Amino acid sequence: MNAPPLFLPAASEVEEAFRTALLDGEVPVPAGLSDGAGQPAGRRYAVYRNNVAVALGEALESGFPAVAGLLGPQNFRMVAGIYLRRHPPTLPVMPLYGAGFAAFLEAAEALARWPYLGDVARLDYALRQAYHAADAEPLSPEALTWLAAEALPQTRLRLAPALQLLRSPYPVIDIRNRALGLGDSIGSHGQCALVTRPEYDPVTDPLPQADAALLERLMAGATLGAALEETGTDPTALLSLLIARRALTGLETTE
Amino acid sequence: MLDRTKSQALPAAPGVGYKAQHYTALTTDPGCVGWLEIHAENYMGQGGRPLAQLRALRERFPISVHGVGLSIGGPDPLDTDHLARLRDLCHWLDPHSFSEHLAWSTHDGAYLNDLLPLPYTDATLARVCDHVDEVQEVLGRQMLLENPSSYLAFDESTWDEVGFLAEISRRTGCGLLLDVNNVFVSAVNLRLDPRAYIEAFPLEAVGEIHLGGHDEDADDHGAPLLIDSHGRAVADPVWALLDLTLARGGPKPVLIEWDTDVPDFPVLEAEAARAARALDRMTTGIAAAPTTGIKTGVRT
Repeated sequence: MNAPPLFLPAASEVEEAFRTALLDGEVPVPAGLSDGAGQPAGRRYAVYRNNVAVALGEALESGFPAVAGLLGPQNFRMVAGIYLRRHPPTLPVMPLYGAGFAAFLEAAEALARWPYLGDVARLDYALRQAYHAADAEPLSPEALTWLAAEALPQTRLRLAPALQLLRSPYPVIDIRNRALGLGDSIGSHGQCALVTRPEYDPVTDPLPQADAALLERLMAGATLGAALEETGTDPTALLSLLIARRALTGLETTE
Repeated sequence: MLDRTKSQALPAAPGVGYKAQHYTALTTDPGCVGWLEIHAENYMGQGGRPLAQLRALRERFPISVHGVGLSIGGPDPLDTDHLARLRDLCHWLDPHSFSEHLAWSTHDGAYLNDLLPLPYTDATLARVCDHVDEVQEVLGRQMLLENPSSYLAFDESTWDEVGFLAEISRRTGCGLLLDVNNVFVSAVNLRLDPRAYIEAFPLEAVGEIHLGGHDEDADDHGAPLLIDSHGRAVADPVWALLDLTLARGGPKPVLIEWDTDVPDFPVLEAEAARAARALDRMTTGIAAAPTTGIKTGVRT
């Protein structure tokens, strides 16, 4: 390896100005930029401003399809425009962009009439992360039957990296489905959303509250016995669903 | 030391920018498409469909990895985490080519998702060369550096773009990626002669050519302002510049980029076929030109 240079040449003044003005439409077009024939750059600079806002805005729109559906294109662009200026991505991997979008929506006073937007954004984000999550070989359905019944209470579940659980006080799955034209009815109760990825396309299942509480304990590393004791919930239905969704990848039994 | 022989070069054939909606078409009947280019940053997840498709595609096609997020032209130090992600991807995929842009995209840790311009001065030249050296060291391979499309010029520039790129290539040993559409877009926007640009360009360093569509707009004074949109077919004057490039530099890998309003595969393939015809005219006109890879998508 060559030794790294001790002093990297600093940015010139016009470079600094170019950078600062990109995300702030109030700042005038920096001096020192031209059309190549002596005229000031003018709206040529606006092309870059526009490209940045459009590129980041489109990343948010494709990453949060249900939020975009609920707000409509015009409102979404306005909200995204504020978010991307306050919270531009911190790394150049766009599938990870928007981790803080849900909290931003919840904190926005203008959106207070739609308090469920944050959880819809969380579900959009969870599905996107599940899409890119690591592959994992699911446990064969027979594996559970091999396990001696007396060992079950001491057993911990290993779950697929794509699996996520979102507990919402709003009917978040119904709202998301309707926003995307996938369903019409919206229930009156909160929903717990189980996100899994059986093969390549993530799936959302509503979980009963009791099963969600059980799964939360199991995700935290509790044994089946301890989780059952704490929640009083029979794990049969949850285990069947996890197996059907190829989300159970292993069992660890401790003595 | 750089291991320049680690991967084969891309074939002097048409390739296309890979879009997931074309997966089935590409794996059943790719037509004249001989290789694929992927945007590195779309394949930095842990698994799932993107990586599974790539795993299948690389068995069938030579792959070019094209980075869009390294910010090589920026004053900030390179993001070593991102460079490590690129190294891991290239290690896993062993692509036929790795390329990035003469541009910047990150400012104070904020990634702006666009390719932004830099002035061409001795100071920026030294900085870009340091960054290219670092990329080639970490990846352990030669990279190609792409010419940008420009909408404005920096008054403080003291180098012209061709001289700047040639000097980077000379100092660092990197290859160059010549985007002929970018040449045309910049030439119209900055009132330069695109043929003179191609004639001055060090074509012996070019490992890949890009073609894409642009949109037409106007500046404050009504002067034409072309926007590098990658959202339509390649314009006729750009095809004419390709002919000039191939006539001067010989056959090269030619990529069709179509990133927005992506068409059905047959439309994209027709663009690739036009590039194939331009390459065919070259190879039939040059006695000793290589002919491998032009008609086949199978790695040989």
